[in-house]
Amino acid sequence: MASALINVPAKAKRGDIIEIKTLMSHIMETGYRHTTAGEVVPRDIITSFTCRFNGSEIFRTDLFPAISANPFITFFTTATESGKFEFEWTGDQGFSETASASITVE
Amino acid sequence: MGTSHRVSRREFVGASAATVTALAFPLPAFAQAAPRVVVIGGGFGGASCARALKQIDPKLQVTLVEPNKTFTACPFSNIVIAGLRSIEAQQFGYDKIAAGGVTVVAQAATAVNAAARTVGLADGTSLSYDRLVLSPGIDLRFDALQGYDEAAAAKMPHAWKAGEQTLLLRKQLEAMDDGGLVVIAAPANPFRCPPGPYERACLIAHYLKTKKPRSKLLILDAKDTFSKQRLFQNAWKELYPGMVEWISLSQGGKVNAVDPATNTLITDFGNHTAQVANVIPPQRAGRIATVAGATDNTGWCAIDPVTFESKSAPNIHVIGDACLAGAMPKSAFTANAQAKVCAAAIATLISGGTPATPKLINTCYSLAAPDYGISVAGVYQPKNGLLADVEGAGGVSPADVPREFRAREADYAQSWFATITAEVFG
Repeated sequence: MASALINVPAKAKRGDIIEIKTLMSHIMETGYRHTTAGEVVPRDIITSFTCRFNGSEIFRTDLFPAISANPFITFFTTATESGKFEFEWTGDQGFSETASASITVE
Repeated sequence: MGTSHRVSRREFVGASAATVTALAFPLPAFAQAAPRVVVIGGGFGGASCARALKQIDPKLQVTLVEPNKTFTACPFSNIVIAGLRSIEAQQFGYDKIAAGGVTVVAQAATAVNAAARTVGLADGTSLSYDRLVLSPGIDLRFDALQGYDEAAAAKMPHAWKAGEQTLLLRKQLEAMDDGGLVVIAAPANPFRCPPGPYERACLIAHYLKTKKPRSKLLILDAKDTFSKQRLFQNAWKELYPGMVEWISLSQGGKVNAVDPATNTLITDFGNHTAQVANVIPPQRAGRIATVAGATDNTGWCAIDPVTFESKSAPNIHVIGDACLAGAMPKSAFTANAQAKVCAAAIATLISGGTPATPKLINTCYSLAAPDYGISVAGVYQPKNGLLADVEGAGGVSPADVPREFRAREADYAQSWFATITAEVFG
């Protein structure tokens, strides 16, 4: 079962640079491995991660087979106004997870 | 796997370099005096090696350099923390080793001149050697976790070197109120005693269950898997239900920083404030290994798995926790096994022979409760320049067995401790 960890500061001053941290539990199976019987283990990776703030996209990244299990993605943004960050991970085999966190900007 | 036997480019270059080194520094086979071997570090590795050298070849002049007059053993020190064993039961002296013909020098080694083959001591004197053995154990990395320096360790003990720190952690547990939170921060691999943090969790939980049953224990881990994991996790459920919680790396368990003022451990995803915080930081080879030029950029010592000779410092051998031994875990048993192999290799090299390819064994017992033992055993041999698992050898305790089986393994653990300490120090 997938699960997300999010770290967004609860409060910030307007104009502050803030760090956002995310971790999604995921096997990130490359598709290059074989079973002992010789069958390919099908690729099962997260292919895309997106962060929206108050509805507008502020960060996006594509993920590839070389990225290790349980991708830990952190990035910086500028605190402009109070609101809600929405995170979305999508990937192979219909994988789709979301999470959200709010910030108060003073 | 046909490819696994291929010599990689790195191995080939490394092997060629070693050959050149051997030619550049021929052995002093013509030397008149008895060959001199200096061993730095009087723990399980160094003390075993000094003794083994003298036993293999009584003509060798063997000097053991160790500043402490008393050695305090780490194996079983978790039982001391749980209040069920005295620290004195962990302590051993060097008298018997000296009586066997080893010169014991109670000084710290502060310098190594690999070209002149001398060791400088804290009192300003120096020792000459034909072969040097480093068994310096570990140094705790006080630069690895933000806020965790030596001063912080007096508030948030690591207890990863037995002695005062062991007793400090025990005192903190004794002083804690019932209902308190104990947090253990476990490091990423490699580190001394891979099952140690989890045995400690068990034995602290045993103390809490007995004396402070409303308390909780949390393990914050920089790893997703650990030694004897299933056995430990089963023991937590069976013996300490609802008391022990483990947060793995992928659940945000990696501690990045601590705040000793508030006893807080800080991860990427949250803060945990503990009544008792046991912070086991990342580690590296003991400092003298770096002074001697034997460490690489990992902080540990790359070695030839046949002789334990350093890959970067000729005529210097590194054994025990300080060396990079491939699949072999950093344990007292390992250090003792490596010490004997290294001693035999040195005796052979000094007499101009070629050391035989060794096989080494490690066994680690852990106590999940005083009468509940579990174990892991492995057999190792050199392969592609490292010590690799011999497939099909060794294994761990079975999962579903009656409590009598666990009680028997706890007895074996006691016997093992008595046997190894008698062999090394007795």
